[in-house]
Amino acid sequence: MGEILLRTEDISIQFGALKAVNKVSISIEENKFTTILGPNGAGKTTFFNLLSGLYKPTEGKVFFRDKDITGQTPQERIKEGIGRSFQLTNVFPKLTVRENVRLAAQSAANVGFRLFKSYKSYAEVNARSDELLEQVLLHDKAPLRASELTHGEQRKLELAMVLALEPEVLLLDEPTAGMSVEEVPVMIDLLRQIKEKGTTIVLIEHKMNMVKALSDKLIIMVNGEFLCEGDPEEVSRNPEVMEAYLGGGVVNVTA
Amino acid sequence: MGNIVTLLFNGISEGCLIFLMASSLSVVLGLMGVVNFAHGTLFLWGGYVYAWIYNWTGNWPLSILAAVTVGFGLGILFEKIFISRVYGNMSAQIMVTLGLQIVFTELCRVFWGAQQITVARPSFLSGVSNFAGITIVHYRLFLIVVGVVVTVGGQLVLTKTRVGMIIRAGVQNSEMVDSLGINIKRYFTIVFAIAAALAGLGGALYSPLNGTLNSNMGAANQLLAFIVVVIGGMGSFIGSALGSLFLGIMVAVIGWVLPDISLVAPVLMMALVLIFKPKGLFGLAVRK
Repeated sequence: MGEILLRTEDISIQFGALKAVNKVSISIEENKFTTILGPNGAGKTTFFNLLSGLYKPTEGKVFFRDKDITGQTPQERIKEGIGRSFQLTNVFPKLTVRENVRLAAQSAANVGFRLFKSYKSYAEVNARSDELLEQVLLHDKAPLRASELTHGEQRKLELAMVLALEPEVLLLDEPTAGMSVEEVPVMIDLLRQIKEKGTTIVLIEHKMNMVKALSDKLIIMVNGEFLCEGDPEEVSRNPEVMEAYLGGGVVNVTA
Repeated sequence: MGNIVTLLFNGISEGCLIFLMASSLSVVLGLMGVVNFAHGTLFLWGGYVYAWIYNWTGNWPLSILAAVTVGFGLGILFEKIFISRVYGNMSAQIMVTLGLQIVFTELCRVFWGAQQITVARPSFLSGVSNFAGITIVHYRLFLIVVGVVVTVGGQLVLTKTRVGMIIRAGVQNSEMVDSLGINIKRYFTIVFAIAAALAGLGGALYSPLNGTLNSNMGAANQLLAFIVVVIGGMGSFIGSALGSLFLGIMVAVIGWVLPDISLVAPVLMMALVLIFKPKGLFGLAVRK
């Protein structure tokens, strides 16, 4: 078993009477691709928000490399190395594609608070931005405004922005949501490359072909609770999963 | 023909003056979501500081510098102590900035008196030229030059610098800039202070044009600036430049043709824009 990068301990959050996440304890191993599966309303996105710091848990703790980060803000967690994308696309529509990435890259490069210096003068930041745009196959769209991109391209741009922050672990919430059928395999390739470069990825996803192609480990959540975990093969044979996740049908994960 | 050109010229110069206030008001609104009712007070302080120093020393560059510096300083004070506590709370912002407006306008009356004071133009900017039937007031020409310089300079800072890029991103979505690990609040202070300095410059340039200064002029010019922000599209720098020109020319023309309605015309214009083109005449409003 690899080193544990991110870990939760009996983490819960309650909204009024609803316990959206209930005593979930999981571990994310370094350099592994972990996918969180579960029916709608299982609490997956809420759980992500607890990991990224957007929500504070009502009980339980979050650890990053054995350091308790439960009290940290999202910004502090970004600096620790936790990057995330959102279920809804988040880019700056009126900035160019290159500017979008550069904004993230210069934040990561920590170029300090030097006002009014031309942003073109930061050679390293520029090189890094171009490299990232190339990685997500958007380099030829760099001068366009982000609003001119297709939805799928905007998601790739968003991915480049999160990558610019150089996270150790990447939390991706349905990165292919709303993408066209042709765009999905490109995203799968992209995520595989990112993983091969040594970034740990945690994914929320419904598309089974994608889950199957990428995941080393699956974590199943139902009704805000942890159900089971294991490699795709194992999980698909688990009778509890069949019962809870597909209402008794066959989980077609490995087939 | 000569009259019309003179009218246009006067309108453009008034527009340049309004622009100094309106552009800063618009960027503050776009970036921080703050409706700053204390903006006119900063304008007023710029005017009084200029008049005070100029009537005392006769040193024009020093007077302008003093007005801009006081505006900048008050901007930092306002943002750090008051406005930073009410981000995201529109009604509290209105109360706080209106309160600041009342207090700091009264302070002007305490320091400089409630009576109107006279402000002269520096000798090298006073004078009039006649050219093919067109009357050119030198001071107005100077205002146009300042307007062009501020517009071009502001646009260059916004589009070509790192801080400009962060401000443009912040105007679109400040929370997301935050989520990229950039402390946007630090930029709020600096932008607010620069906006205040521009308002101070506006006041300093306005009082010699008008010839006199009294403590009600802050509120009057603030209203024009708000109208420009609506006409030009909230949050847009270029929109406020176009809106200022439009309003300046409109007021000059109506003042000539239909002087009876020249006071209500700008407000009427704003009402029409709000009803029919709520994103501003040029569709440049920033969606929040």
